[in-house]
Amino acid sequence: MYKHTIGQNVFVFRTLAELMAKATPLRSGDQLAGIAANSYQERVAAQMALSELPISEFLKVPLIPYEEDEVTRLIFDTHDKEKFETISHLTVGDFRNFLLDNKIQKEELTALQKAITPEIAAAVSKIMNIQDLILVSSKCEVITRFRNTIGLKGHLSTRLQPNHPTDDIKGILASVIDGLYYGSGDALIGINPAFDNVTSQVNLLKMLDDVRLQFKIPTQMCVLSHITNTILAIEQGAPVDLVFQSIGGTQKTNSSFGVNLSLLKEGHEAAQSLSRGTIGNNVMYFETGQGSSLSSNSNYGIDQQTLESRAYAVARAYDPFLVNSVVGFIGPEYLFNGKQIIRAGLEDHFCGKLMGLPMGCDVCYTNHAEADQDDMDTLLTLFGTAGCNFIMGIPGADDIMLNYQSTSFHDALYIRKLLGLKPAPEFEEWLINIGIMNINNEITHSQKQNKLLELIKK
Amino acid sequence: MEKDNWKILKNYTNARIALGRAGTSLPTNEVLKFRMAHALAKDAITAELDFLNLNEESKKIGMRTTLVKSKIQNDTEYLQNPNKGRLLDEDSKILLNNLSDKKGDLCIIVSDGLSADAVNIHAIKLIKALIPKLKIQIIDTIIIVKYGRVAISDVIGEMLNASIALILIGERPGLSSPNSMSAYVTYNPKTGNTDEKRNCVSNIQIEGLNYEFAAMKLAYLVDQMTTKKISGVQIKDNLSDYYLP
Repeated sequence: MYKHTIGQNVFVFRTLAELMAKATPLRSGDQLAGIAANSYQERVAAQMALSELPISEFLKVPLIPYEEDEVTRLIFDTHDKEKFETISHLTVGDFRNFLLDNKIQKEELTALQKAITPEIAAAVSKIMNIQDLILVSSKCEVITRFRNTIGLKGHLSTRLQPNHPTDDIKGILASVIDGLYYGSGDALIGINPAFDNVTSQVNLLKMLDDVRLQFKIPTQMCVLSHITNTILAIEQGAPVDLVFQSIGGTQKTNSSFGVNLSLLKEGHEAAQSLSRGTIGNNVMYFETGQGSSLSSNSNYGIDQQTLESRAYAVARAYDPFLVNSVVGFIGPEYLFNGKQIIRAGLEDHFCGKLMGLPMGCDVCYTNHAEADQDDMDTLLTLFGTAGCNFIMGIPGADDIMLNYQSTSFHDALYIRKLLGLKPAPEFEEWLINIGIMNINNEITHSQKQNKLLELIKK
Repeated sequence: MEKDNWKILKNYTNARIALGRAGTSLPTNEVLKFRMAHALAKDAITAELDFLNLNEESKKIGMRTTLVKSKIQNDTEYLQNPNKGRLLDEDSKILLNNLSDKKGDLCIIVSDGLSADAVNIHAIKLIKALIPKLKIQIIDTIIIVKYGRVAISDVIGEMLNASIALILIGERPGLSSPNSMSAYVTYNPKTGNTDEKRNCVSNIQIEGLNYEFAAMKLAYLVDQMTTKKISGVQIKDNLSDYYLP
């Protein structure tokens, strides 16, 4: 039992999960689950109680029993106890102060990555303001490599997302070319297929690989099919760069996605065995999002932000190239409006980075959420300052297959220009050589680039 | 303001490409066009099921309809509480229990979801294309659900003792497609099934998947489920390889 007294009011929290949930800034998903604080006072009282809790408590009290859940087992079995010794004496409140301390910089944070469990990251994020989340995230640097280098300070990459409602090859290609002309696609060129079948996945992969080889584009490709399909595609000899999978923070959530840890391992090993990366072998691309556990009835009374952090523990086990929090995609029943989406996006980025993950974000919303482009501009600008590894690049911010709004090629250029950020260095060099960009990172028109248009005529 | 000299690419997709730029930002006309599309989508969410017309159109293809409702009371609750949208209200349960003819292996359910107009326009046309392609018997009453979520098909399928439940439901409206419909198929529908037990055919709309092709895919999935007695990620949609209906 945990409690906090304010004057004559004693606030009691029966379990650690309840304390965490009640301390969570307001969001519709926790209300839907019936676990949110009942008043503003109760929320802050929970934050005060949480702040006084030693972070070591999370290593004594698993939120989901070790015996019941393979994600809990993963978290406890891979915890870096030696590094944890250096911070084990801190309370959650002390830990916030520690993270904000001027002496704590990139090197110190990198060393601690595996000592920080998802629950510790989630707990400290709950008592942090948005500026704290941004400031600490901006001190982190998580670099990954495949055919280029993602996550270097001063760089912001994009996943070019050229979706088409019927997977039409030329329709997809048209968006790929448009995106490349706008300097997009260094993190990934990744298609969400409308049809999740192996045959069309293989065809799309071959098309993307042909484009890459013909123009020697230093980037990586992915068709975001279920991991079982991708494993079949690999067996059929398809050119698979990255293996995609949606994941969540409990064994049951993953089961609702049709995966478990050993299947993820199988996919990871299958892709690594191809050795297609030229400068590195980070081969996994994970997508996550607050609310996925509740939506599959596997939340165990735990708040959605803590469960999201637990998904990062799953991701971390496979040294991913990219982890994408698809923050506003799930809808208003989990994140009701722009305010909730913005806070959640920054929490996800912070928790992921603290745990050592190459975090990017699909800055997005659906039409039934109370949000619009102004909210996305706000979140995008905050992510730029927080040092986000990558964002999406979608023609005109409008995904015509998945029916939601994300960030456009133009949006990426805006944030790069505003903050002086560059694409991945290998990709930047390619953009300059092919005449799409000049050395000042400005989009240029040149005759040289017109040869990309030839692709569509084939 | 700079125009893009690759407008020719617009012939291949409805995606917002070759928009041009003001500096690196979107030109004014594109910003306003986007804003209007968003306004249309926001308005689509409040559209309602046209039960009378769905009933009339069903008769023409030899089907009956029954209108039921989830536990949801209003639009705001629908957006905030998907759990209630997965459950039938008490009156609807009585209605389904009293349904005279439940014979058949497959039950067809139509629900508003997030775009009632999507099913108002596409649902009966798709069912018409689907019926002649199915090899199993259909329960001849289409269950129409107000304020439904996908998983309500488990509850209904279970009550009707169907071996397979098919639900046609309005997708969340996109900017370019406020009226797109999805179809979810579940073998052995049971309360509490999760999403990995389902197969989905999405983007059924004028600019997406046409009725014939969508019906062919669905008939293939139903056929596979009947043979393998399972649905979900283990059923692979390998239709384009070899299947002939």
